[in-house]
Amino acid sequence: MKQFILTTLNGLTLGALYFLVASGFTLVFGLMRNVNLAHGALYLLGAYVGWTVADKTEYWLLGVAAGFAATAVLGLGLQLLIFRRMEGQDLRQTMVTIGISIVLADLMLWFWGGETYQFSPPEVIDGSLLLPFTPNWRYPSYRIALLVAAAAIGVGLWLFLNRTKVGMMIRAGVDDRAMLAASGVNVQRVFAITFMVGAGLAGFAGVVGGTALSIAPGEDVRYLLASLIVVIVGGLGSITGAAVGALIIGLAEQYGLAYSPTYGAVYTFLILVAALALRPQGLMGRRA
Amino acid sequence: MTIAIQDTAVRSPANVALHGRIAKYGLLGLALLAYPLMASDFWIVQIGAQTLFMGTIALSLMWLGGYGGMVSLAQLTFAGVAAYMVAVFGVSNRPDISLGWEWWAAIPVALLIATAFATITGMLAARTEGIYTIMITLAIAVAFSLFCRQNYAIFNGFAGFAGLKPPSLFGLDLRAPLPFYYLSLAFAAASYVGVVYVTRSTFGLALQAVRDNPRRMRAIGFNVYAHRVAAYAMSGLLAAVGGLLLAWFNGRISPGTIAAGPCINTLVMAVLGGMVHPIGPYVGALVFILLQNFAIDLIDPERFNLVIGVAFLIIVLASPDGLVGLWQRMTRRRPEGGSSQR
Repeated sequence: MKQFILTTLNGLTLGALYFLVASGFTLVFGLMRNVNLAHGALYLLGAYVGWTVADKTEYWLLGVAAGFAATAVLGLGLQLLIFRRMEGQDLRQTMVTIGISIVLADLMLWFWGGETYQFSPPEVIDGSLLLPFTPNWRYPSYRIALLVAAAAIGVGLWLFLNRTKVGMMIRAGVDDRAMLAASGVNVQRVFAITFMVGAGLAGFAGVVGGTALSIAPGEDVRYLLASLIVVIVGGLGSITGAAVGALIIGLAEQYGLAYSPTYGAVYTFLILVAALALRPQGLMGRRA
Repeated sequence: MTIAIQDTAVRSPANVALHGRIAKYGLLGLALLAYPLMASDFWIVQIGAQTLFMGTIALSLMWLGGYGGMVSLAQLTFAGVAAYMVAVFGVSNRPDISLGWEWWAAIPVALLIATAFATITGMLAARTEGIYTIMITLAIAVAFSLFCRQNYAIFNGFAGFAGLKPPSLFGLDLRAPLPFYYLSLAFAAASYVGVVYVTRSTFGLALQAVRDNPRRMRAIGFNVYAHRVAAYAMSGLLAAVGGLLLAWFNGRISPGTIAAGPCINTLVMAVLGGMVHPIGPYVGALVFILLQNFAIDLIDPERFNLVIGVAFLIIVLASPDGLVGLWQRMTRRRPEGGSSQR
């Protein structure tokens, strides 16, 4: 029973992390039809920048802010300088993001080297927490905080999309981009904001996830793949879908790891195949 | 534009063009045949043979992407399946796993299984379109490499298999530089001719029409899904041929050979060369392998990925149809085949 509960909590926190990474990915795709395969590289870049800032200033929260800001600025630059010039060319944009991810990955390897970095969160959330209704079982408080943070980000994104003017424009853009532009909205600005937020979320997730686990070369591919599977299962472009998909994948991965360690990765893949076979547009997706 | 048939063959100046083409291909063939006479072993195998079989794997992507409009990142995975299967059914350093069949039995079975794997991938991926296809094939590629790393019963986990070598035919050691080069050349030429032949067949034309307008083809009564899956099957066979040579070249196959990075490199080769003509992937593979071997002279040897990434970005940004497209525009010829870039 203890193993089951701890595994479930692990699955939930991993799902929370996946949600943080995938929400930015799906946000950008939903509006701009841009499959950003450099999303994993942005995750890792955020993690490295966050680690460096936190290491220099010894403020973890400053690291989180720096990770978010660095990737948000980079994302803004990419959107303004590159993607804006090839609007509507989905495949070409995707190729460009592949190129960017190769270059970024190598630059990061150059700058930060191949070693694994780890850093600890502030003391308030660094200990372990007594789980209620249990005979003295403990769980790392940082992971609980991660769960809460992901929930907060999820609610925040929902409010941003559903209760603010920019959010309204984004939703309108998802449904009909041409109509939105025709009604006098500066679509390019909406695109820039969305890409900035999406990229920033990747960097934020990098710092938060890097604290929970570790930072090393290769993590970019891992989180890119996780985001891909999460959004394919959940439905591309849907924030709710990303949340549902992330929980399913996170739980499946952890249960797999705990109960049949050899094929943890394969279960994730089976879920992907099943989702594709039964609902190609994803659980929460709509037909494009 | 529905079907891009070359109508030049009907007109009378076409004969001139045809003769020109035969002369060009003849010259290229002669150059490729004569190449080993003036090159060192390094240039014969490391550059020459490797370009030919990596180009064949990239050709399988060009076929799928250029003529079928489906960009797949799982081509190296199909090649890897063939390589693994030839190790499992044939001879390797793990006699407890390998069945030790003779090459004439192991090779066809390996090609068959790789083609079947590609067909199943196609059945999944062809349910989606465009960028979705990229994502799903990338997921399949990474999942397969992870699976091989975890599975010790069949795929021998992290270490994979070593001791793979091509068969000895008529007392000829096909692993020696010269025979291996000609073996690669023969396989590459057969693949190239095969692709050119199929693109001009009814199936190939229908596939290109499906790429250009699936809705119209569906309305005419073509089974769009079946055409796409068949295209995957053929790409699987092409990639598998390249995969066999890859396994023999390295003498081994392991999950690292088919991880995400190398899978993306296949796409890089195809795009560098250009997905508009079957020669493109070979040009791309040559540029890629030259950069790989001589990046050490350009910049730090460790920074090869930076060089190739920047080269890839420049090509994608400046000439979406690759080096061959650039060449075609410079010599003002109409592009053959198709473009997957919209």
